[in-house]
Amino acid sequence: MTTTTATPRGFGYRHPQFRLAGLLAAPMAWLVVVYLGSLFALFLTAFWTVDDFTGQLVRTFTLKNFQQVFTNTAYLSTVVRTVSIALLVTLFALVLALPLAFFMARVASPRWRPLLVALVLTPLWASYLVKVYAWRAMLQPENGVIAWFLQPFGLSGPGYGFVGIVVTLTYLWLPYMVLPIYAGLTRLPNSMLDASADLGASGGRTFRSVVMPIIFPSIVAGSVFTFSLSLGDYITAQIVGGKITMLGNVVQTTYVTNLPFAAAVATIPVVIVLLYLLAVRRSGALDNL
Amino acid sequence: MHTKRLLKIAAIGSAVAMLAAACGGSSSSSSSSAGGASGGASAAASAAPAPGGTAYAGPVGTGEGQLNVLAWPGYAENGSTDPAVDWVTPFEKETGCKVNVKTFGTSDEAVKLMQGGGWDVVSASGDATLRLIYGDTVQPINTDLVPSYADIFPDLKMQKFNSVNGVAYGIPHGRGANLIMWNTDKVKQPLDSWAPMFDANSPYKGQVSAYDSPIYIADAAVYLMATKPELGIKDPYALDQTQFDAAIALLNEQKPLISEYWSDALKQEAGFKAGSNTIGTTWQYTANLAKSDGIPVDATKAKEGATGWSDTWMIAKDTPNINCAYKWVDWIASPSANAQVAEWFGEAPSNAKACAETSDKAFCETYHAGDTAYWKDVYYWNTPTANCLDGRTDVKCVPYSEWATAWSALRA
Repeated sequence: MTTTTATPRGFGYRHPQFRLAGLLAAPMAWLVVVYLGSLFALFLTAFWTVDDFTGQLVRTFTLKNFQQVFTNTAYLSTVVRTVSIALLVTLFALVLALPLAFFMARVASPRWRPLLVALVLTPLWASYLVKVYAWRAMLQPENGVIAWFLQPFGLSGPGYGFVGIVVTLTYLWLPYMVLPIYAGLTRLPNSMLDASADLGASGGRTFRSVVMPIIFPSIVAGSVFTFSLSLGDYITAQIVGGKITMLGNVVQTTYVTNLPFAAAVATIPVVIVLLYLLAVRRSGALDNL
Repeated sequence: MHTKRLLKIAAIGSAVAMLAAACGGSSSSSSSSAGGASGGASAAASAAPAPGGTAYAGPVGTGEGQLNVLAWPGYAENGSTDPAVDWVTPFEKETGCKVNVKTFGTSDEAVKLMQGGGWDVVSASGDATLRLIYGDTVQPINTDLVPSYADIFPDLKMQKFNSVNGVAYGIPHGRGANLIMWNTDKVKQPLDSWAPMFDANSPYKGQVSAYDSPIYIADAAVYLMATKPELGIKDPYALDQTQFDAAIALLNEQKPLISEYWSDALKQEAGFKAGSNTIGTTWQYTANLAKSDGIPVDATKAKEGATGWSDTWMIAKDTPNINCAYKWVDWIASPSANAQVAEWFGEAPSNAKACAETSDKAFCETYHAGDTAYWKDVYYWNTPTANCLDGRTDVKCVPYSEWATAWSALRA
C-alpha cells in the first residue's frame, strides 16, 4: 500500500544549508561587518599618521605610533597602572563576592534566594554615572562620608586617586562577580559536601579541596568581566581618579588630535584581554557563562 | 560539513568586501588627503595656501527652522542653567530657527565635533580656528551680511586667528583672560602671581587645579617668559624645541602640586566647593558661578601675564541652515545679546555698543573691553605651527600635534 503524503516544496526545505545561512545572515553581518569590521578599520588606522597642521589622516604605512607607545616610559607606566587596577579590582571583588554568593546559594533558605539575587542585581539598574558621582561625593577629601568615618581613627580619607578608582570599580563590578559564583555554587551537589564531611574534612579543608575546584571556572568567568571592564574604563578615572590616568584616558585625550596614535594605544588592552581569554579558555570557564 | 563551509565562505567574503570598501574609500579620498597633507607640508615651508571655500553671497532670507550650535559653556544660554539667563529663546521667537545647543570643554573637542559634522555654527577659540579653516571644516564669512559687524572693536577684526589672506572666517564674540582663582577662606593674602601654581615649595601642594588641554603648555611658557627670560620666549605659541622642552619640564615639576586637571568648568567649581581645589587656573565664568553658589573664591589676572582667548563664531562649510546661521552670528554679536553673554560669562564683549547695554554700567571698564593696554600681556589661544608664529625663520617651532602628544605623555 502506498500512501502519498504531500511533501513541502519550499526552497528552504530542500536546501537546509541555505535555511541555516539565511537565519544566521543578519547576526553574522552584525558581528563580522559591523563589529569586527569596525575594530579592524580602527586598528588599520594605527599604522597611519596625521597631518601636523590640519589634523587630517595621512594614509601612509608607518610604525611610528607603536614606537612612540612602547618607548615612552609614561605610557608604559600607564599600562602597568591600568593592569594593576584591573587585577586589584578583580581580587577585591572576589574577596567580597565569595562569602556573599556562598550565603545566597548555601546558607539562605531557598525562599529568599530570588530576592537576594534581585537585590544584588538592582544596582545595575542605576546609571553608571550616578553611581560614580555618588562615590565622588563619598570620597571627598574633607567632607566626604569616608573621611568622616575614618576621622575618629585619626586617618584621613583616600581622596581621589588610585585607591578611589579601585574602590569605585570594585563596587561597580561586584554584581558581575557575584552572579557567576552564585550560579556555580547552586550547581554544587550537596552530596559532595556530605562526602567530604564523612571523610573527616574540616570546613576549611572542604572549602579548599572540594568547593574551590568546582567553582573555579565560575570565579574565572566572573574575573573576565571585572578584569576587562576595569581595563578599558576611563570615566571612573576622570571622576574619582584625581590626576591618575588609565589607558582609556590616553585613548580619549588623543583620539581627537591623533587618531592613529589612539588606535595604537587601544590595541594594548585588546591584546591583553585576548591573552587573558586564551588562558581562561582552558579552565572551562567560558563553557558555562 | 556543508553548512560550516558555507558559513566560513560567507564570513571571509564579507571581510574581503569590507576590506575592498575600506581600500577603495581610502584611494578616492587619498587624493584629498594627499592634497591636505601637501597643503600642510607647504604651510611649514612657506606661507600657507589659501584654503578653499566661498562665502555665502546672500541675501539672508527666511530661516530654515533649525540651527545646531556648538558653543563654549555659557555662550548660548536658553534658560536651562538659570531661567533669567536666556538669549536663545528671543532669537528663536524672532527668527523661527529652533536652536539645539551642545557645549564642549576644550578646543580639541570642538574641532573633533565639527569635523564629525552635523553642526552649523561653532564658537571657536584661536587654537581651534586655524585647524578648522585649513581642515576645510568652516566657510569664509560675508561680513556684509552681518550688520552687527560694523560695531565690533577694530582690534578684534581680521586677526591672525580669525582671518586668512584678508578673508574673514568668523564674527568675533568676545575675549577674556585665563585667571588665577583661589579659595578666600584658605588663602589669606589675595594672589597676584602664578608662582603658587608652579613653585615646588608651594603651600598649596596637592590642591592646585590646572586646565586639562595641550594649550595649557602656553601657560607654562607665559610663566617662563617672566621667570626665565634667557629662554627668549616672545610668543607662548611659538616655541622652538628648547623652549618647548623647558615648558614641559616646568609642567612635570608642577604635577605633584595638582589635585585635578579640569576640562569641565562645573567639575572645577565642584572641586572648589568640596575643598579638593584651593587655587587654580580658571575662567571668570567659573568664578562667577562659584560666587553665586556661595563658594568663597576670588580671581584675578596674574602679573606675569596670562593666556586668554578671543572667540569667533564660525559657520560650518556645507551647512543646510545657512540663513539661520547668519541670523545667529548677527544676533549674538548684536549689542543686546553680546552684552548679556559678556555679563553672564564674564568676558569683554566684542561689540562696542554692547557697553551701553550691560546692566552693570562699569562692566566694560572692569573687563577692559576697549582697553588695548590690558590685552598687551594676554596671549590669545592660537594654533602653534611649525612655521614660528612670532616670525622667526631660523628655527622650526613645535606644531600643535606635538603639543598634544607631549601633553598626553605628561598626563599618562
